[in-house]
Amino acid sequence: MSMGSEASKQVRQERLLYLLSPIALLVLWEIAIRAGLGDRRFVPAPSDIAERFWLLCVSGELPWDTVVTLWRILAGFLIGAIPGVALGLCMAMWRGVRIIVDPLIAALFPIPKLALMPLFLLALGFGEASKIAVVAVGAFFPVIVNAYAGAANIEKIYIDVARNYGASSRIMFTRVVFFGALPLIFAGLRVALAISFIIGTAAEFIAAKSGIGYLIWSSWELLQVDAMFVGIVTIGLLGVITSTIFLEVERKVIPWKAP
Amino acid sequence: MNSQPPRKGARIDITGLTKLFETARGTVQAISGIDLKVEPGEFLCIVGPSGCGKSTLLRILAGLEKQSSGKIDIDTAGWKIENAMVFQESGLFPWMSVEENIGFGLMTRGVSAAERAPRVEAAMKLVGLTQFRRHFPNQLSGGMRQRGAIARAFVTDPAVLLMDEPFAALDAQNRTILQEELVRIWEATGKTVVYITHSIDEALFLGDRAVVMTAHPGRIKEIIDIPFPHPRNLMELSVTPLFGELKMKIWRVLEDEVNRARAGEDAA
Repeated sequence: MSMGSEASKQVRQERLLYLLSPIALLVLWEIAIRAGLGDRRFVPAPSDIAERFWLLCVSGELPWDTVVTLWRILAGFLIGAIPGVALGLCMAMWRGVRIIVDPLIAALFPIPKLALMPLFLLALGFGEASKIAVVAVGAFFPVIVNAYAGAANIEKIYIDVARNYGASSRIMFTRVVFFGALPLIFAGLRVALAISFIIGTAAEFIAAKSGIGYLIWSSWELLQVDAMFVGIVTIGLLGVITSTIFLEVERKVIPWKAP
Repeated sequence: MNSQPPRKGARIDITGLTKLFETARGTVQAISGIDLKVEPGEFLCIVGPSGCGKSTLLRILAGLEKQSSGKIDIDTAGWKIENAMVFQESGLFPWMSVEENIGFGLMTRGVSAAERAPRVEAAMKLVGLTQFRRHFPNQLSGGMRQRGAIARAFVTDPAVLLMDEPFAALDAQNRTILQEELVRIWEATGKTVVYITHSIDEALFLGDRAVVMTAHPGRIKEIIDIPFPHPRNLMELSVTPLFGELKMKIWRVLEDEVNRARAGEDAA
């Protein structure tokens, strides 16, 4: 019936199993390099990367870059995702909104958001705003599409019940449509978060003097391959941490879907 | 609920009700020329094969569809809320607890939380869900969910209760138990009930009258009085000669209809 200890044990077990495949990958990589597969100057072993990781941490360079990148990504994510949810739900509630917004999504979603970077630089300058803006635009589309799909595909019976029981359009929106769409909204947010990381880092390649993306690109230009890998690994770690937090939030916000 | 001298539910007067649906293959007449009077406090069962338009009729009464022509007069006799519907699948919102679900129809009508609490409490007690107040619907059995749906309808204290095959998805034992509970609550509250079913037995167990509908287009074929006194014991009732007689009578009406439809199909 409710969450027994059996179920929570299974959840904990599953979380531990999450670490299995990344660790196995690292071990295989280390073995391959030490066995002489590949040129260690270009493909460093995990232990080389770990050493450089430590040095960059101690120097304060990596923590600072991490903070800068996280700020850009999370700010952009929120600025893109919140209006995405709101507008997606509005599309499902009002036909007029859908008719106006749908063709714009069809036209703008497929454009590589990085192709807009020069535009953002022109409009917003070389500061933080341009990077945050490009992340926000990238996060916006998967969220709006999912929020709309979630709200538009709510089982008809829930709408019928709400209408028969006298729900105003405000209650219909806040108590029925929003919650009914929530599982798909979260799916959209998860995709958007990953896209935010991709776009945020890539934007730092070309238009920043700080951040993990900048670390990766500048290390590459200086042929400091181990530092480059430190950047790549850091992004991966941040991705794992944020998506773990994200799943935890999802469990709290959607308790009726809890396993 | 209502413990004062039994105040009766609404009187319903339906005349010439017709509903057309536009489909890709042309216009379909779902119901045609329905004339029906429901007395205050009556338990009226509508029985008929699928496609006879019985659900459409109920959805029009619930305000979920609009008739193409015809008139419905509902004299609510001073009850604040005209009707509440219990759907085939409970339709409890998965994201609300049992308690929130049952209070939904009061919340939408702006009843304050303080006034809501004791009424929800009483409704939960009535259907035996008090212990499960914090559960989500997916943590309940089908029978419990349907109890929650009944409580959600009764708590709003409507003049008419509309029920669309509410127990069709339940197993036989649960169905019998819930039928008895429903009759008990109905007797105590004096509400008018319009109850859709495709089961002849169920119509005879529950109803004061059974309206037999036929399909293509949906119209009323016959209205049969069910003279069993209340309170009824459903199991005992089912072995009386009169029960068998009435069951046969309704079956004959429906059988004719099925044969006629077959013959029509063969000719086409």
